[in-house]
Amino acid sequence: MKKYNSVRVPKTDRITKLVEHLYVKLPEIESARAVLITESYRQTEDEPMVLRRAKAFAHILENLPIIIREGELIVGSSTIAPRGCQTFPEFSYEWLEKEFDTVEHREADPFYISEETKKKLREADAYWKGKTTSELATAYMAPEARKAMEHNVFTPGNYFYNGVGHVTVQYEKVLAIGYEGILNEAEKELARCDFGDADYATKSRFLEAVIISCRAAIGYAQRYAVLARRQAAECRDEKRRGELLVIAENCERVPAKGAQSFYQACQSFWFVQQLLQIESSGHSISPGRFDQYMYPYYSRDIAAGKLTREFAQELIDCIWVKLNDLNKCRDADSAKGFAGYSLFQNLIVGGQDEHGRDVTNDLSFMCIDASMHVFLPQPSLSIRVWNGSPHELLIRAAELTRTGIGLPAYYNDEVIIPSLMSRGLTLEDARTYNIIGCVEPQKAGKTNGWHDAAFFNMCRPLEITFNNGMDCGEQIGPKTGCVEQMQTFEEVYEAYRTQMEYFISLLVNADNAIDQAHAERAPLPFLASMVDDCIRRGKTCEQGGCVYNFTGPQGFGIANVADSLYAVKKLVYDEKKVSMSEYKNALLFNYGKDVKHPLVVAQIAGKVAGELVSQGVRPEAAMVAEAAEQIIAKAVTPEQQKKYQKLLDLIEEVPKFGNDEEEVDLFARDAAYIYTKPLLNYRNPRGGIFQAGLYPVSANVPLGAQTGATPDGRLAGVPVADGVSPTAGKDVNGPTAAANSVSVLDHGIASNGTLFNQKFHPSALSGVSGLDNFVSLIRTYFDQKGSHMQFNVVSKETLLDAQKHPDKYKHLVVRVAGYSALFTTLSKSLQDDIIRRTEQGF
Amino acid sequence: MEEWLHTKGRIFDIQRYSIHDGNGIRTIVFLKGCVLRCLWCCNPESQKFETETMMVDGKPKVMGRDVTVEDVMEVVEKDRNYYRKSGGGMTLSGGESLCQPEFAAALLRAAKERGIGTAMESMGCAPYETIAQILPWLDTYLMDIKHMDPEKHRKFTGKRNELMLANARKIAESGMTELVIRVPVVPTFNDRPEEIAAIAQFADKLPGVKKIHLLPYHRLGQDKYERLSREYMLKEILPPEPEYMQMLKKTAESVSRLECQIGG
Repeated sequence: MKKYNSVRVPKTDRITKLVEHLYVKLPEIESARAVLITESYRQTEDEPMVLRRAKAFAHILENLPIIIREGELIVGSSTIAPRGCQTFPEFSYEWLEKEFDTVEHREADPFYISEETKKKLREADAYWKGKTTSELATAYMAPEARKAMEHNVFTPGNYFYNGVGHVTVQYEKVLAIGYEGILNEAEKELARCDFGDADYATKSRFLEAVIISCRAAIGYAQRYAVLARRQAAECRDEKRRGELLVIAENCERVPAKGAQSFYQACQSFWFVQQLLQIESSGHSISPGRFDQYMYPYYSRDIAAGKLTREFAQELIDCIWVKLNDLNKCRDADSAKGFAGYSLFQNLIVGGQDEHGRDVTNDLSFMCIDASMHVFLPQPSLSIRVWNGSPHELLIRAAELTRTGIGLPAYYNDEVIIPSLMSRGLTLEDARTYNIIGCVEPQKAGKTNGWHDAAFFNMCRPLEITFNNGMDCGEQIGPKTGCVEQMQTFEEVYEAYRTQMEYFISLLVNADNAIDQAHAERAPLPFLASMVDDCIRRGKTCEQGGCVYNFTGPQGFGIANVADSLYAVKKLVYDEKKVSMSEYKNALLFNYGKDVKHPLVVAQIAGKVAGELVSQGVRPEAAMVAEAAEQIIAKAVTPEQQKKYQKLLDLIEEVPKFGNDEEEVDLFARDAAYIYTKPLLNYRNPRGGIFQAGLYPVSANVPLGAQTGATPDGRLAGVPVADGVSPTAGKDVNGPTAAANSVSVLDHGIASNGTLFNQKFHPSALSGVSGLDNFVSLIRTYFDQKGSHMQFNVVSKETLLDAQKHPDKYKHLVVRVAGYSALFTTLSKSLQDDIIRRTEQGF
Repeated sequence: MEEWLHTKGRIFDIQRYSIHDGNGIRTIVFLKGCVLRCLWCCNPESQKFETETMMVDGKPKVMGRDVTVEDVMEVVEKDRNYYRKSGGGMTLSGGESLCQPEFAAALLRAAKERGIGTAMESMGCAPYETIAQILPWLDTYLMDIKHMDPEKHRKFTGKRNELMLANARKIAESGMTELVIRVPVVPTFNDRPEEIAAIAQFADKLPGVKKIHLLPYHRLGQDKYERLSREYMLKEILPPEPEYMQMLKKTAESVSRLECQIGG
């Protein structure tokens, strides 16, 4: 007998209406939480921070306006406005005040904000001056680290301005014993504390904070029960009245106590998910293995005939809608890096149990179907793949991929499990991993992974290497020598390595400063109630209460760095076709292209100013600008331009990462080690180690905009490569070649996750054979030790953009009617043919 | 080393991750040179054996390079794992592979000896003895039958079809390979239901043949003619509509017991 039932259930009208309701208006910023936390803080000035946090949490949950949206079966909303967001002044607030008047009209993730809200927030914010985590973090940071951040070598902006998030809690524990059960555990632990214990002060206050937080969550659900009963009494529609009464019963039962049905388990899950995001602004609060911890409730009800598959699917769909109801307003720059209002609530299906057996079940399929039904970005749906994964599950997942929604992402158990074990997880914990946020693997309910600790731009230290540690006229890195005088490639490589190691140490410095600030100013007792081993240790996650502790900053631009160093090695040292000084000059002047680019001007002006200072002259702005202009004019004479073009042509001929050519692929693997290996030597204040990730979210675009020309022929300001993917347009041998190249990198050492994007035309997945071959592609990449893969199936819009900007899409393979072609090489009329067919790809 | 690995031949492209020509994920090796001159040919650069210059991305590029079997196998081997997972392999296309029979045979042999599945797209336009040398190494023969009328065949492709039809029968009777019949459906040439029916009936009588593929005409090769400074003769023709293809599929199925699919 089959272990699961994969029959599809149709979407109901209720789901269509809930989704429509969610997207009627621009999301709105609300002030209630900020006002409430400030009120509470003003009254607890002389108390320990962990208690202040718990009391503030309770005050918020007692008073935050509540609402049951029309037709909802699962209730609990953080804002009155659909997709609205609250603010979190305890982490930072100044950026929002500065952006009050632009946030509604900005390009990335705009939010509406009323004048009244602005006024209330200003009043509340006034309290927070000098009290935020970001201010304390700044005070803890070395000036050198702040300098490196000003020069855009790395940015730890995420946790610098916000809560940490990036965690999966013990949902199964709340489902089973409720917050009353957890509260009892805390009370017992408290009873065990001896007045003479060295940690009595902190532990006892922490446990009190846990108890207050659990009670607050129970009380919040009771408010919904009361509201549902009141609405039921007023409701004229008999069917809806019945629904409201069940909602009331559910909220009276959970999350206070254990769930008695699948429906109650769904409601209980939701309160956990929502309330974690009221306590702190951290994103990537990831539901994890939803198909696993929900299954006992589902199978029990199905077996008892108390639940239909149809209703179970509708409840799951309702949760999917709710996951999109939560929102967060980020500062304008971060919004670009995380574009798409995403909260990265990663939910993963399939995979193995602690014994290494496949655990695909009915819910694994129903979760994929739910994403198909709601067709919204949340949850960030993921799928675990291993040799024992049923083909049918992967085909269902591939069908979702084919829609072009960009979900699910695929993860390879066979790389991730040993990789986690190498970081100290037990075999059982590693086998039951889930994914946090984008691609970060960890063990749920035991880990504080600080997974998205920073973005580190590997291209910037390369630029700085070419300038002997200088950037825009300032010495921000060590003096590693003039590249023009380096006689061997090894000297260049070593200089780059030295710069990297220096900036990595500063990255660690910045992260640890922020880490410390969170421990002191934003301990989270509600979160701690659901993560081991906080209660026994008497500490929050931020203070080191978790079993596993990591800090995972992301490196990106590997493909650019590898292609760059390889081109320098080949052209300058092996083939001697160009000198290092010519190369350096070409980079400085952006290969003669767009020389007025602000990045080019800033470098030249910086140099001029630096020289003036060394001559004892005060660098007046006008004088510097004029001198810079003259220098640039001299550098782009027709004769020079010819030289630049010749160099670009030479670079074009050098093999690039991503084409299944072993030499350059191995070179890329070693370049990645320059980032991943040194990080392992550092520790964080929670007693854990640093571990690298190689993925960029969408930050490769804005951070590329801060990066000057690189030796791989990339011009100033152009996006850098995405994750471990080859540079866009440089992989021209198709998906298998790119996958082979990427699998040459060491994915195991990047234990905080790697990200490999591939782009397809929908017709590549057409028909049964298209899906089968697609699944074979994933399985083969994974056999070759790739870790993660996700797919952009190109839309009509992309193809239209590719017509306008062919340079950006050189790699785009389209396949229509039995023939493959690079899209950009086709004539306009044929491209139009293909665009017309795109939507009929399947 | 085995001497057939040094056999030389002329190709104009190798395309990886090809997924609609034969089973699974495949690498297609395009051999240069063809006996026919089909007016709709989507690979006009394949027709002449001689190398020629075609504009690619605005730059002149020489089409056609001489390689050894070993050179080709180096690329084909790179996707071995993908073939194994998907049931794919190497496909020879062209051009007409039978124009370079020793090279084609050596390529197929090299693949088979390494455990890689083989297929060949071909019109079967060569003496049967030549084909017979290849069959031991060939898993799937994807054979084009474009029309049953010899004269109309000549008008659109440059050659009459008697030899090819006779070869189809002999290949089928040999039982050495899976024979699949493919029909490029080209408006004004062979897209009338009775024309498709005639081909289907012929294919149905070939022993062991179970599948027929109807490949709708497309214009994806059209701009290559300009880039080769040649004239495209079928400018006025539009690709057949999907509904029309479905009708032809039904026609083929109504006159034969063959499994008919649209596309490769």
